Amino acid sequence: MPSSTHASATSDSVQVSSLLEIHDLHVSFRTRDGDVHAVEGAELSVDRGSTLGIVGESGSGKSVTALTVMGLTRFPNATISGEIIFEGTDLVKLPNNQMQSVRGKRIAMIFQDPLSSLHPLFKIGWQIVEAIQAHEDVSKATARKRAIEALREVGIPSPEKRIDSYPHELSGGMRQRAMIAMALVLKPDVLIADEPTTALDVTVQAQILDLIRRLKDEYQTAIVMITHDLGVIAELADEVAVMYAGRVMERTSRERLFTVPELPYTWGLMRSIPRLDAPRPGRLDSIAGLPPSLIHLPSGCPFHPRCPYVMDVCLKVEPKLEQSEPGHLVACHLQVEERRRLGRELVSQHGSRSDER
Amino acid sequence: MTTENHESVGTAPRAQGSGGGPLPALGRAFRGLANFVNSSLFRYVVRRILWGVVLLVIVSALTFIIFYLFPSADPARLRAGRNPNPAAVAAIRHSLNLDKPVYLQYWLYMKNLVLHFDLGFSYYNQQAVRTQIFQRLPVTAELALGAFVLWMLIGIPIGIISAIRPRSVLDRMTMSGSLVAISAPVYWLGLVALFLFAKDIGIIHLLPGSGSYVAITKDPGAWFGSMILPWFVLAASFAAFYARMVRAQVRETMSEDFIRTARAKGLSERRVIFRHGLRAALTPVVTMAGLDLSGLLGGAILTETVFNIPGVGRYAYDAIVNADFPPIQGTVLFSAFFIITANIIVDVIYAFLDPRVRY
Ligand SMILES: Nc1ncnc2c1ncn2[C@@H]1O[C@H](COP(=O)(O)OP(=O)(O)OP(=O)(O)O)[C@@H](O)[C@H]1O
Ligand SMILES: [Mg+2]
Repeated sequence: MPSSTHASATSDSVQVSSLLEIHDLHVSFRTRDGDVHAVEGAELSVDRGSTLGIVGESGSGKSVTALTVMGLTRFPNATISGEIIFEGTDLVKLPNNQMQSVRGKRIAMIFQDPLSSLHPLFKIGWQIVEAIQAHEDVSKATARKRAIEALREVGIPSPEKRIDSYPHELSGGMRQRAMIAMALVLKPDVLIADEPTTALDVTVQAQILDLIRRLKDEYQTAIVMITHDLGVIAELADEVAVMYAGRVMERTSRERLFTVPELPYTWGLMRSIPRLDAPRPGRLDSIAGLPPSLIHLPSGCPFHPRCPYVMDVCLKVEPKLEQSEPGHLVACHLQVEERRRLGRELVSQHGSRSDER
Repeated sequence: MTTENHESVGTAPRAQGSGGGPLPALGRAFRGLANFVNSSLFRYVVRRILWGVVLLVIVSALTFIIFYLFPSADPARLRAGRNPNPAAVAAIRHSLNLDKPVYLQYWLYMKNLVLHFDLGFSYYNQQAVRTQIFQRLPVTAELALGAFVLWMLIGIPIGIISAIRPRSVLDRMTMSGSLVAISAPVYWLGLVALFLFAKDIGIIHLLPGSGSYVAITKDPGAWFGSMILPWFVLAASFAAFYARMVRAQVRETMSEDFIRTARAKGLSERRVIFRHGLRAALTPVVTMAGLDLSGLLGGAILTETVFNIPGVGRYAYDAIVNADFPPIQGTVLFSAFFIITANIIVDVIYAFLDPRVRY
């Protein structure tokens, strides 16, 4: 058995009562091929003015988690259980009509591809005004003024002209800025950003991340930043959750993650970060093997077929998310000392990214 | 505020010009016209119209050649009566220009068409083709427009509802029903409708049947009654096709990213569907509808024939049966004209509906 204490994830310093807390969230979809278990017991939380980074490979359940918070996975074929506590209210149980007034107003979301995420046939100003008027009883003129202000705030030049542009008339970066303006115009408490920079080129990516960071500091918005790129986490996150196969497998502060990562899967993600000072640029070590089928999961630890440190117990018993030290939760059967040694070793070889900011 | 200041600075020179008197106004009008003539829309439309004319010339030439190469009967012989003597046939052939080479015949035809808008005379009964077509066009338009309204009113709501409620009873029923309606030939459907509902031969003596057409100016009530069966028969397969098309369009649109965004904004599901979904899903349907309507304006041959409605389609049918070339050529040209014009109009409308479209 691992030598860590058996404190449960909800106790202790990790959280007292955060703005948004997710406990034991399960989301599955009935499909023709079987039940897709997209999220399995996720534990997450985020506070005002801080950023939770969620990182994981494609299909690890990041988007489904976020969309479930928004109440946007309530399909007829979906089963949702667990708790999403937002300011004391459980959003999982909230009826649709009440959820509607939370969406966009209290919790806003932006998406990966701003071109396909904005309606192609409406002007961006119209789309922002609509978002305002959906929640506040204000005149069109007032809403328009606020839309212009929001566009100015996210750094769109001459917003009084741009407000009458169609999405296709803007560049990718400007489009994502417009999306952010639309999401932030109502000053939501939480902004969920689902890979907001993946579709943008590198220089624009950095600008958008800067913008999000600035707005977070200014409005004390809680940010949930979803990405498959640890580089983005290093830039932006205060807390990090590493997701695999619908589970949160490691959770800690950014500093800790980039000094003593304790999960073999996290190490794999770290090895696959491209480094500017890498001796052989271009060649990335990605994690061997493929993400598991979410219909027929491997027994035991879902990562065991790809894990270089796999042990007998990993095939049989699924590791629980347990405290390795205050503020650091890990789901892994490896000995704690062994994990820390390997983690430190990797960081010293590969270089830390936590101090890049 | 700043916007207004900005604009007033920008428009200052023009404001000076509008000081007074008719001349500046004229100048403004002229400038407006010049702007329009220089606009890409205008150039686009002109280009499309020129192309349309070229297409009409090609269509007419093709019809000419086909009729010349594969004559279904000798028109001169048709005209000459029961026991024609060769000399009379030759005389008729000469008077109809049928003894001239085909290119000369075509040239003469086009010359009359362009200079006098003259489509020639029927070989069969010597009536002017243009007059005949113009007499029959309103009848065809009544049939086409009525059916159009019907199929849009039936097809679009059914398509929308079954898209929002997939696999519901209504969805299953209408979608399998629509398959039947799409695959049923119009003349078969027409005959079935007559045998079921016609006052003379129907099982239920409900509605006026074949040959009951009355001009709307004569007796609107009787006109309406006589059109009900033809409208429904003509609309049936269109309605079915539109229901399926709209269903597919709406379903596809509702899975788009921007629909997810609309929901994430906290809009009501009703607004998400009707404002965001339908706006995108139905835009291509406008194109289809315009083209389908224009296709029918050239004559709904089968429906008009089954119900014996004196429209352009019926005229074309009779002309084909009688190997009467000038009415065939005339109706083909009209039909092509409607389709080409509708294409241009629909493309211009589409550019207004979808800002991404550029000329
Ligand atoms: N409506 C749905 N019906 C069935 N399966 C779904 C549905 N939505 C998501 N899934 C499945 O849930 C799993 C998790 O998807 P999710 O989009 O959350 O992954 P992700 O971590 O966001 O990945 P990516 O980095 O590719 O965005 C995937 O296997 C996906 O196919
Ligand atoms: Mg995703």
